[in-house]
Amino acid sequence: MSCFTSKYQDELIANAAYIGTPGKGILAADESTGTIGKRLSSINVENIEENRRNLRELLFTTPGALECLSGVILFEETLYQKTSNGKPFVDVMKEGKVLPGIKVDKGTVQLPGTNGETTTQGLDGLAERCKKYYAAGARFAKWRAVLKIGPNEPSQLAINENANGLARYAVICQENGLVPIVEPEILIDGSHSIDKCADVTERVLSACYKALTDHHVLLEGTLLKPNMVTPGSDALKVAPEVIAEYTVRALQRTVPAAVPAIVFLSGGQSEEEASLNLNAMNKLKGKKPWSLSFSFGRALQQSTLKAWAGKEENVPKAKKAFFARCKANSQATLGTYKGNAHLGEGASESLHVKDYKY
Amino acid sequence: MSCFKSKYEDELIANAAYIGTPGKGILAADESTGTIGKRLSSINVENVEENRRSLRELLFTTPGALDCLSGVILFEETLYQKTRDGKPFVDVMKEGKVLPGIKVDKGTVELPGTNGETTTQGLDGLADRCKKYYAAGARFAKWRAVLKIGPSEPSQLAINENANGLARYAVICQENGLVPIVEPEILVDGPHSIEKCADVTERVLAACYKALNDHHVLLEGTLLKPNMVTPGSEAPKVAPEVIAEYTVRALQRTVPAAVPAIVFLSGGQSEEEATLNLNAMNKHKGKKPWSLSFSFGRALQQSTLKAWAGKEENVPKAQKAFITRCKANSNATLGAYKGDALLGEGASESLHVKDYKY
Repeated sequence: MSCFTSKYQDELIANAAYIGTPGKGILAADESTGTIGKRLSSINVENIEENRRNLRELLFTTPGALECLSGVILFEETLYQKTSNGKPFVDVMKEGKVLPGIKVDKGTVQLPGTNGETTTQGLDGLAERCKKYYAAGARFAKWRAVLKIGPNEPSQLAINENANGLARYAVICQENGLVPIVEPEILIDGSHSIDKCADVTERVLSACYKALTDHHVLLEGTLLKPNMVTPGSDALKVAPEVIAEYTVRALQRTVPAAVPAIVFLSGGQSEEEASLNLNAMNKLKGKKPWSLSFSFGRALQQSTLKAWAGKEENVPKAKKAFFARCKANSQATLGTYKGNAHLGEGASESLHVKDYKY
Repeated sequence: MSCFKSKYEDELIANAAYIGTPGKGILAADESTGTIGKRLSSINVENVEENRRSLRELLFTTPGALDCLSGVILFEETLYQKTRDGKPFVDVMKEGKVLPGIKVDKGTVELPGTNGETTTQGLDGLADRCKKYYAAGARFAKWRAVLKIGPSEPSQLAINENANGLARYAVICQENGLVPIVEPEILVDGPHSIEKCADVTERVLAACYKALNDHHVLLEGTLLKPNMVTPGSEAPKVAPEVIAEYTVRALQRTVPAAVPAIVFLSGGQSEEEATLNLNAMNKHKGKKPWSLSFSFGRALQQSTLKAWAGKEENVPKAQKAFITRCKANSNATLGAYKGDALLGEGASESLHVKDYKY
């Protein structure tokens, strides 16, 4: 085998496969303190720990939500928080058969000599941090690499550097019992066509899987979190079926069958767009030797945030909004979403923020 | 798309898919004049054109054989030969719904500074030769890259050079209407374990698919011809189910789902071994988004050659031996081979020749 043998091998394989269970997906609730601050301020809520805790408790205790989820990605602070009754969030998840995940990267820094391209930090002391998170109950990790499309972008340097960083992160996670989610996000910003996006996505994913193999990563114990293949944010939109066709083809050309599941990021898509696109992919006929699911942040929480507005009396209706999106995406993983989820305020609202920084 | 746009795109995709039709496979009858000479001398037959022609006619006109085949790989001389009645071999194949293929490489040369490692020649003027072969009726091509396992082998140089050569050959073929069979053979010679073979096979295949992607090859219009993953020729043998497990796993980790079919080489395996191993792979449960078939030379012809011995009066029994192996392998692609093919003389005989040169 060209992968190294981790003592956690069986567990990694089982957990990665579990995350890909049809009907389930991932809630990305790992917004850093700075980023969640932007969300809270958009609904006029103060960015203090109690409010951050309240929001996450609202999400994790929504009746029926956990059944639609196989994992939740957390920011470090949240991993150690509890419900207002004193129950640790990780226990709430465990009882709901949801695996806790942890964001382990330390954000992006610019690559000198490029036109604003970046690489991701976080490798220093990563092994120790993974051990700590595993002990706290985490079973998977996430690391976001970012690339952009432009006249000369992504450059070969940016592709190579980000692919290498992802591979180093992945093998360190596996050494320490965490399933690594490999996330090479190609930003949607720009006026490029869907063909251009497909070309870049295929080149980037090909580089990623070459790097993963070179670094002896066990593919059966990983997950992929890619962008869907779409036109740029400034280009004309296309139907979900077209997005599905281009996306699945790109994956067929680059992602080995050994990878158990692909959990899409939502980028700047609205809640409804993201669900409809995921649904179209699961209805598409063709070879798909990995399950296709979601790892959504904004596209699961937008209308919930608006409904909550930070007020206790809004919690029931906020939970209703959250459950509606969870159920919609759960159905989308089965290709059975009818597009009739009760559209909460903001469900069709584009969540695109130019040059989005987490 | 990261692949280039060939004017033959639809045809390439259709032909590659056809070759992977369940129940069919490829007869590798592309032995060069020198190599076929060794075969003929082993049965005391003179290596003259008429004898080479007679042998190939025997194979192509065996009743029922063409039904088990989707393609036949030819040496250049054979592409232009006819039956005794004057019918071009390519017409015999066309009527039998078998695609003619053509060997386009020009053999191996040593890589200086390595321990006997090689690269493959044949890129010079390849485009013109492909055009010529297409006009003569060929619809797919084959190029054999060779790697070996040793204390320091295969070296990164050998892997990179051979992968790059395969990718250049592949894209030139596609520009000229021929489906390229990508053949990175890792020789079975040596005392190494099946794990070692798996490790090397995964690294080599990962490098090949990275190179194919870099060179803009349309994966849906290619075929892969790999070695099976086995112990070395000097190591203890293992059961077909073990070979199946290791081989399929290596392919799951490296071969994108966009590749329609994988057609195994038989290396030094006996006729019966090769068939049993292929059968086990098709019975093996697990993700297999490509069909698994055969591209056998020696493992289809060995007992036929012995039965023929160059004598006209032996043709009927030689053809019987040949259809037996064709049918056995056809069944093996369906996982339906019962291991009961009437074993012709030599069917269980190892065909391993140390450091085999075509």
